[in-house]
Amino acid sequence: MESKLYSPSLGYTGQNGDNPVNTLKPGSIVDRFELLEKLHVGGMAHIWKVQEVNHQGDSRLPLIMKVPRIKGGEDPATIVGFEVEMMILPMLRGRHVPQFIAKGDFTRQPYIVMERIEGHSLRPRLDDAPLALDEVIEIGSRVATAVHDLHRQNLVHLDIKPSNIMFRDDGTAVLVDFGLSRHDHLPDLLDEEFTLPMGTGPYMSPEQVQFVRNDPRSDLFALGVMLYHFTTGERPFGAPDSVRGLRRRLYIDPVPPRSLRPDCPPWLQEVILRCLEVQPERRYQTAAQLALDLQDPGQMTLTRRAEKLQKSGMLKTFKRWFFALGAEPANERIKVAEQLERSPIVMAAVDIDNATTALLQQLRETVRRIVLTEPGARLACVSVMKIARIGVDELVDADGRSKHVKQLVALKHWARPISKALDLGEGRLTFHVLEAPDVADALLEFSQRNQVDHIVMGARASSSLRRLLGSVSSQVVAQADRTVTVVRAPEGGDAAPAAAPGAAPHGG
Amino acid sequence: MKTAFLSDLHANREAVESVLEHARAQGAQRWVLLGDFVGYGADPAWVVDQVRALVRQGAMAVMGNHDQAVVRGSAPGMRPEARFVIDWTRAQLDANQLDFLASLPMQQQHGDQLYVHANAWAPGGWDYIQSRGDAVRSLQATEARYTFCGHMHEPKLFNLSGTGKAGDFVPTPGVPIPVPPHRQWLIIPGSAGQPRDGNPAACYALLDEATGTLTFQRVPYDHETAGAKIRAADLPQRLASRLEDGH
Repeated sequence: MESKLYSPSLGYTGQNGDNPVNTLKPGSIVDRFELLEKLHVGGMAHIWKVQEVNHQGDSRLPLIMKVPRIKGGEDPATIVGFEVEMMILPMLRGRHVPQFIAKGDFTRQPYIVMERIEGHSLRPRLDDAPLALDEVIEIGSRVATAVHDLHRQNLVHLDIKPSNIMFRDDGTAVLVDFGLSRHDHLPDLLDEEFTLPMGTGPYMSPEQVQFVRNDPRSDLFALGVMLYHFTTGERPFGAPDSVRGLRRRLYIDPVPPRSLRPDCPPWLQEVILRCLEVQPERRYQTAAQLALDLQDPGQMTLTRRAEKLQKSGMLKTFKRWFFALGAEPANERIKVAEQLERSPIVMAAVDIDNATTALLQQLRETVRRIVLTEPGARLACVSVMKIARIGVDELVDADGRSKHVKQLVALKHWARPISKALDLGEGRLTFHVLEAPDVADALLEFSQRNQVDHIVMGARASSSLRRLLGSVSSQVVAQADRTVTVVRAPEGGDAAPAAAPGAAPHGG
Repeated sequence: MKTAFLSDLHANREAVESVLEHARAQGAQRWVLLGDFVGYGADPAWVVDQVRALVRQGAMAVMGNHDQAVVRGSAPGMRPEARFVIDWTRAQLDANQLDFLASLPMQQQHGDQLYVHANAWAPGGWDYIQSRGDAVRSLQATEARYTFCGHMHEPKLFNLSGTGKAGDFVPTPGVPIPVPPHRQWLIIPGSAGQPRDGNPAACYALLDEATGTLTFQRVPYDHETAGAKIRAADLPQRLASRLEDGH
């Protein structure tokens, strides 16, 4: 079903004659690793459970060894994908990839030893599609978070699909198999080697079909294909096995998910169809922006995508087909990091209730300047409603609701000059009222969960109040693992209560 | 063992000092000097002495076209600016320094590594490697797994797979790149003394044999002083200004 498209002469799918692999058996020692049992026989590689020969203590990680199948006397290019993974995996860090342990080179015995991620990939869940909407959304947001983390490390995965996605016990998504990936800081060995588009048929982005290998937004297209499949039980573009079949996605749009699944909310259709846009510029610009919408759909701006119930008509499709004929993608050599830098998420933490007018103005001006410099930036305006640590059910009473709505209204009012001045279109501006006992904790958690790039917030002006109440901004600055800008009102601004009618006489 | 590869030093003392200091701090123990030690810059005698001292301690060096031109002296067919620089440079060097330059070999081999200033197919012809095709031609002219070349002032990394497919790559400074020996590699560290890719920082490359990785490095140096010396020596102004903008 998920046939890989490689030049057939390269023999990736070959089944026999792979010499060195066959000599390996349980008990064999390769460098410092002992082979325990063969876990998986794949078309391109075998997976062995291994342990370090001289392991110390029992704190050791469960390990696997991936060994490529090499067909005797064949074209050495069959193993380029393995070579690519061997180059890339050691460069990657963090919880969203298996930890790299060791590798062996092709002059002796090629292998990669890495952390074993327990459990199944997402692949079996495809058989259960359509899935419950909550699960689709959860999967989407976890995978988008993982994809963003890899993009931050200058990597485009280029083969995002359920069989390459696993989960840790705590739910963290882990991406595996970097055989088709491209790292901006390493030579792209695949770029020259093959004459067919590289990827997995159903998931390949239009630009991948056109041989573009450096656009991180390709991974968002693949993620959209996966979300579509989990939502509707069908593939948006089928499973073509020819280049001609692959090119159809350049001009034929998918059946809108809501016509296949009536209970799919309009916002989710908006998210999925936005991921599946042919032009990368019309998709989400970063996986973090996608994750933000999946986690907070109530704040999305819906477009005509959300309402579509049928495919585009013949004439529109014909027009697209005509323009797709021999179309070449814009040959812009962008780097992954540049794409991310162009599309940051800026979080404005606004203390609507307590900040002075002067501080609120200064904060607004600072945020405007920051967002202005990056046309791809998204602005999330956040305010925290302080609630008691106990008695959470007060929240749902009428008073709590109206307070929440009041905050939201005030927050939107605060941001109005920014959205007007910068013409923040299509989902570039969202509002979030958080309810939490600790303001700094809530802001930090929101920034982390939504992969915010830059926090902008005001500082309490009066030093006596800072002493009494502690400073929220200094707590955020101390604990945030991202950039924080702390804004202060210009001198004199805070001293004039008359300028801030109704506001409490202290800063945020 | 870490080996530092320096190329196209071009009589730039400030750049060479900074590169040597940086490479030593990175743990370089071996040195390979890929030619064009003189020409363009204002400190040919100092740079030649430095190269000679390193060679005495075991470094390997090859001859570049500028070194050859200075040894032979200017010829009537050259552009006036080139003749002027060559004659000026010759006048800065004593007999021993000129003898040293004259004694440099066109290429050197060390294990599976080849060192040559311009290319492997005709080292004395001084043809440039400007395309993948040129790189393939050079890689096919040698059995060596690793060819290190100067002559081109922009850092670049070419590779040739067993199937004859070639790739090229503009390296990111400071990132170790695995260079496994089942491919052939052509490594152009870029110029230490006169970078031309828009970045004025001096280039060199560091090969770490223990990890099988190659790291291209950029080292900022005092190009203002280097430029001021060029102006003070009445060498062509452009030779000074191009150090500032790296073109």
